[in-house]
Amino acid sequence: SSNEHKLNFKKSKEACLNYIQDALLQKQWKRAAEFLTCYVESLEKDYSREHIGPSELIWRIGTEILWHHSQSNMKEFNCFMEQMKTLGVKRYLKVCLEHVFHLLCNGQIDEAYQNLSLAESWRFGEQTAIQDKEMKMIQAYRGLLDYCSWSKQKNILLEHGEDGFSDLAVEQEMHGYFRKAAVNLKEIIKIPGVWDVFVRCYVDLLEFYGDHNEARQVLNEYAYNSKFPANPNAHVYLYQFLKRQGESKKSLISALKILHDIVPSHELMIDFNTMLQKSKKREKRRVGLEVIFATLDYAGWKENAKAWSCLSRQVKQIVISEKHLDWIKQEWNSRKDWWPAFHFSRYLAKRNWQENKSLSYEKALVAGILLGKGLFFF
Amino acid sequence: RDFNERCAQCSEVNWGLTDGGRFYCRSCHNVTERTREVVNTDFITNSRVQTISKALRKQEKNDGGCEWYICEGFQLVLKKQVEALEALGVCPQLKDEILCNFWRCYLQKSKQAYCKRPAGETVKPLSVCESSTDVDSDPERPSLLHLLSLSESEGDLQTDCSFASSVSKVSESTSVYSGSVDGSLYLMNNQKEKLRMTMPMTLSFCYMALLWMREPMTLSELLRFVVEGHIPYLNVFQHFPEKMKLCGLDLKIFCVESWPVYEEVFNKMHELAAFLDLPRFPDITESCFLHPDMLCMKYLMEANLPDELHNWTCRVVKKIGIGEVDFLTLMPGNKSTRKVKYDVLAAAVIIVVLKLLFLLDDHYEWLLSEFAEERNKNNTEGGPYFEFKKWYEVVKHSLDVEQKKLDEERAKYLWRCEKPLFYSVKNKSKVLKRRQMVVNLQNQFGKLSGSMQRAEKPNPSSFQLSWSEENTDGSCFHGHSLKGILQEKCGLLTAMNPDYWLCTVKLCNEKLCGHLAHYKEVEFPQSYHFVLGLFSFLLRIQPSYIHDEVCMIEHKLFNKKLCKKLKYNRVLRK
Repeated sequence: SSNEHKLNFKKSKEACLNYIQDALLQKQWKRAAEFLTCYVESLEKDYSREHIGPSELIWRIGTEILWHHSQSNMKEFNCFMEQMKTLGVKRYLKVCLEHVFHLLCNGQIDEAYQNLSLAESWRFGEQTAIQDKEMKMIQAYRGLLDYCSWSKQKNILLEHGEDGFSDLAVEQEMHGYFRKAAVNLKEIIKIPGVWDVFVRCYVDLLEFYGDHNEARQVLNEYAYNSKFPANPNAHVYLYQFLKRQGESKKSLISALKILHDIVPSHELMIDFNTMLQKSKKREKRRVGLEVIFATLDYAGWKENAKAWSCLSRQVKQIVISEKHLDWIKQEWNSRKDWWPAFHFSRYLAKRNWQENKSLSYEKALVAGILLGKGLFFF
Repeated sequence: RDFNERCAQCSEVNWGLTDGGRFYCRSCHNVTERTREVVNTDFITNSRVQTISKALRKQEKNDGGCEWYICEGFQLVLKKQVEALEALGVCPQLKDEILCNFWRCYLQKSKQAYCKRPAGETVKPLSVCESSTDVDSDPERPSLLHLLSLSESEGDLQTDCSFASSVSKVSESTSVYSGSVDGSLYLMNNQKEKLRMTMPMTLSFCYMALLWMREPMTLSELLRFVVEGHIPYLNVFQHFPEKMKLCGLDLKIFCVESWPVYEEVFNKMHELAAFLDLPRFPDITESCFLHPDMLCMKYLMEANLPDELHNWTCRVVKKIGIGEVDFLTLMPGNKSTRKVKYDVLAAAVIIVVLKLLFLLDDHYEWLLSEFAEERNKNNTEGGPYFEFKKWYEVVKHSLDVEQKKLDEERAKYLWRCEKPLFYSVKNKSKVLKRRQMVVNLQNQFGKLSGSMQRAEKPNPSSFQLSWSEENTDGSCFHGHSLKGILQEKCGLLTAMNPDYWLCTVKLCNEKLCGHLAHYKEVEFPQSYHFVLGLFSFLLRIQPSYIHDEVCMIEHKLFNKKLCKKLKYNRVLRK
């Protein structure tokens, strides 16, 4: 049992890692570097039984230190990354990708593009197939950078167009980038995942070239394919696209339905409610009431005059028409215990009156209807 | 002259010495690899040097390597260690007379040299399959893995397996398992009677020699010097001559990846002393450094405790008889006497004295301290009275600082050395590449470290904590008087504290569970834990070892009372 206390290589390195972790958390980069210097000899020992090995740890820790350390520079950083690439073939593409991210953060778009191209051409036996996902990411990001180039060219073209010049070369280049970008972007968004930036860019390209059908299909897939993780942005993009296309209120409303389910406090809920309120269908107006009440459940909307005005308008309208008062009752039922303290407290009333008179007015209306008489709002 | 081996080529016994210290046959000029050091037989009388089987006599290998035996390796290690000891001030006799003889005796007893090799036993390395057969069907492979698992040095499964598989694929019938001739055999012959040599055992040898010479270095000091790098241990193989190539199983034997533990080295030393049939060691008398009275003085100084406490430690030592020559001197093979850990014993005595005077139950010592503080206010003559509270604050602060430094040092140990280690030629290039990368990374991040490059080794020092009387801040307590906590009774000064608590009422059976008592921090007062911690730091051992000794001393001290109590209990039960 005395062996438990034996200080050996493994324990010594574990302790070393703890010191590194502490230093990183406290942003003491010099100290972290000091301990990392002692840790690197772990590379000479095999840790294949561990979940995360020293080579991965050194890569991640080293990246952090070099990125933040005051005496470090991009040259050092790049040199380090190149070494890390040789360290573990199973991680090669991942390291390349992260390197690219850092280059982009540093504004080195061209270097990033070069690295991406280089990585794309990498082949290593069966590893190529195993790291297929990372490869797709690399291609996607290259596509993204191609899109950026396309965008640049497009702007140049538009400028020239304004001045009355037409530049064939620029146009050709622009189309070239479009083709390259489209191919890669299209590929990545086929795979279930969260690809907001890729989708946006791809749709932008498609719209520019007039392929609205493809764009619509892509957005529908992205929003409604159950294999893809639930993503509020997908619905936002679809909605915005449909709006640009001038679609009917009916399809706009249906686009926002799921968004309401996922994120009842989303900013588009105001638009949603506005459309629903005006609908001829009774069911839709009911949903509208539900939507606006749900939105105001969230603290972020407490002081929003527009939201309150939506609610007050609808509630007023219902009360005046004397139809469907039960709707209000239903919505109020689950809220009567806590909305008064949440929205209609004396303190808030005073403050609202002092800060935002229109907000106060709307809230007062609603409060009056919901809470009946005997209230400090009046 | 004393070399009686028959020449392998011409079977004559007609030897001379080359300039390099090697034996050569005058008849046929065959040069052996046996050097004079190893073969010098003045110590042994009636033994014949082993005959090396002809099959092994190969030409020098192409890579400039030579044949070497594991025991030769260990001999080199011991040589380096004892030279380091000499540099630390130990007398040179240790090397030339004592350790040398111990080593030769060991070689003889373990039949590695200076003896007739038992019939039938040849040093034949495990041969490797000739053809590159499928690894799985290789019957040799399991035994190699078994060998790798036998060694105490920690390995990694993957490296071991890849080594094993790479070896079986080699199609030459040479011994590729190890650079040494008998590496594989060495690990296989795991018989306890022969007491197989290991790296920790080299320290046992050193300690045994130090003890024989009664040098002023305790085992805990020796081990601390090893860890601090003053005595070669880790990576000592990098000092082997170029031609002694290390690879394969040799690594398992010579590469250590853990620091030696006190208990291990201590127990092995005793095993070794018995194995070598050594006589009674030179007497440890009152004037020896290792005598508890002397060591107590040293530790009292180091712990910043008043010199006056020394009287008390001497009294305790005398009362329980642990200052007797027969108790302290080592008698190898005597299983009835308890083996003495001089350093731990002295520390334990001090702790017992502290308990006698201050009780250390987390209440009394603080009360006493306040009392002493009061008395100190009126104390105009002589030195100040000792106040436990002040001492605690000063020592705790220093201890915390040093402990923190030690913890960081431990996390920053560099275990690898410049000399790359490879299991086999096959993974040599991989190992070298890795080494290069490690060096690159060390350079890159070393520059960003801010602080100086790795500080020089601290100078070896016998004292880890030092307190100077010249400090005007009153942080040195050596000269403080105990009068503050003593009272006069019948003309004698006795402790004010009338009580004592035993660490344990009943001692465990050491042979069964390895300890006399089991120490759990939560079960004991914080002050006691602090004091244990202090000595644990100074001696670099676990507090539980010191606790064991404390229990042992207490039971000796209060033996009569305990016996009475047990008798009383028995009477009651009836």
